[in-house]
Amino acid sequence: YCLINKEYFCCCNISDNYDSVGLTADARIIINRARVECQSHKLTVEDPVTVEYITRYIATLKQRYTQSNGRRPFGISALIVGFDDDGSPRLYQTDPSGTYHSWKAHVIGRNAKSVREFLEKNYTEEAIATDKEAIKLAIRALLEVVQSGGKNIELAIIRRNKPLQMFSAKDIESQVVEIEKEREESEKKKKKSI
Amino acid sequence: CGIKLAHGTTTLAFKFQHGVVVAVDSRASAGSYIASLEANKVIEINPYLLGTMSGSAADCQYWERLLAKHCRLYQLRNKERISVSAASKLLSNMMCEYRGMGLSMGSMICGWDKKGPGLYYVDDNGTRLSGPMFSTGCGNTYAYGVMDSGYRPDLSVEEAYDLGRRAIAHATHRDAYSGGVVNMYHMKEDGWVKVEKTDVSQLIHQYLEARQ
Repeated sequence: YCLINKEYFCCCNISDNYDSVGLTADARIIINRARVECQSHKLTVEDPVTVEYITRYIATLKQRYTQSNGRRPFGISALIVGFDDDGSPRLYQTDPSGTYHSWKAHVIGRNAKSVREFLEKNYTEEAIATDKEAIKLAIRALLEVVQSGGKNIELAIIRRNKPLQMFSAKDIESQVVEIEKEREESEKKKKKSI
Repeated sequence: CGIKLAHGTTTLAFKFQHGVVVAVDSRASAGSYIASLEANKVIEINPYLLGTMSGSAADCQYWERLLAKHCRLYQLRNKERISVSAASKLLSNMMCEYRGMGLSMGSMICGWDKKGPGLYYVDDNGTRLSGPMFSTGCGNTYAYGVMDSGYRPDLSVEEAYDLGRRAIAHATHRDAYSGGVVNMYHMKEDGWVKVEKTDVSQLIHQYLEARQ
C-alpha cells in the first residue's frame, strides 16, 4: 500500500489509501502524480479532492498512455480508498485500460477471483456491522488464498478524520487464531447435526 | 478613477442572517461622458452564484463570463455545483496570471454553497478576500460610510434592502461616476432573487423629504 497524502493543513483531513497490484515501479509514478494533483487541486479550488476526482485523474492518466505512441500502459490495477469531505467512505478501482468503478467491496490480484466469490457470498450488512466483524471478514477473505496464514497478511484501517491505522503482526495473528477457532466450532456443529 | 475606464462605479455586498445582499449602481462612464445609464454590473453566473463588476467594463465582462464558463464545466465534470470559494479562487488565479499587464477589475463573488452564504472580493492584483461586507468602485468610500453606520448581522430582510439601497443612493449622490439605478439582488439558500431596480434620483428625494 502507499499513502498518497496524509493530512492537509487547516481542518481538512484526508487519508487516501492507494493499494496497487502489478509493477510497483509504475505505481510510484502514478502515486507521485496523484500527490501533486491533490495539492494542486487544493491550491486552485481550496477544497480537498474527492476520492472520485482523484480516481478520475489517475484513470485519465492511465488512459492517455493507452493511446499515445512510444509508451506502454501502466501495469497497475489500483484500489483507491478514502473519505470525501462530507464524510462518506469511498472505494474505487482503476485498471491499466483507464476505466474506473466504484465498489462496496473489491479484490485485485492473482487470486482475485476466488476471494471475490467469497466476498460476494459473505459481504452482508451484518458482516460489516461492527469494526471487529469487518476486520474478521477481510482476514477470512484473504485466508482463502494466502498460504501460511497471518504472516503474509497486512491490514490497515482508515477511519474518518483519523490517520491510517496499520495493524501489527500480533493483532493479525490473534485475529487469525480467533477465526480458525470459529471455523473449528462451526465444523464441529455441522458434524454433530449430521 | 482613471479616465480610460468605462466603469466608474459603486457596488456593494454584505452578509447578514438571511443571506447576502448585493447592490450595484448602473452608470458606465468613459471619462466625463456617460456611456450608459443602465449598464448591467452583476453577472448571474448560475442560480447560486453572482459576480459584480467594477473597473474596466471590458475586463470585467470578459473575465467574469470566462469564470461562468469554468463554473459550468466544473459542474458538468464533478456533478455538483462549484463552491463560492473555488469560483473566486479561479477568478483570482486568472488575475494573478495577468498581473502587471494593466487589467482593471474589482469584483465580488457572492453565492450560497454547502458551507452557507459566501462573499469574496477579488481584484486585478490577484487579491482575494473573504469577509462579511465589501464595497468596490470609485464610490465605495461613500457606500462604506452609510453601510458601516447601519450594518448589524441580525438585520431583517427589509432593513437589509433599505441599507443597500441607501448606501448606493448616497454614493451616487456624491460620486460623479456613479448613478443610474440601484440593481439589488438577495442571495438566499435556494438561489438568488432580483429584488428591485430603483431610480437613484427618486431615492434621494425620498430621503430628503423623510428628513424634513
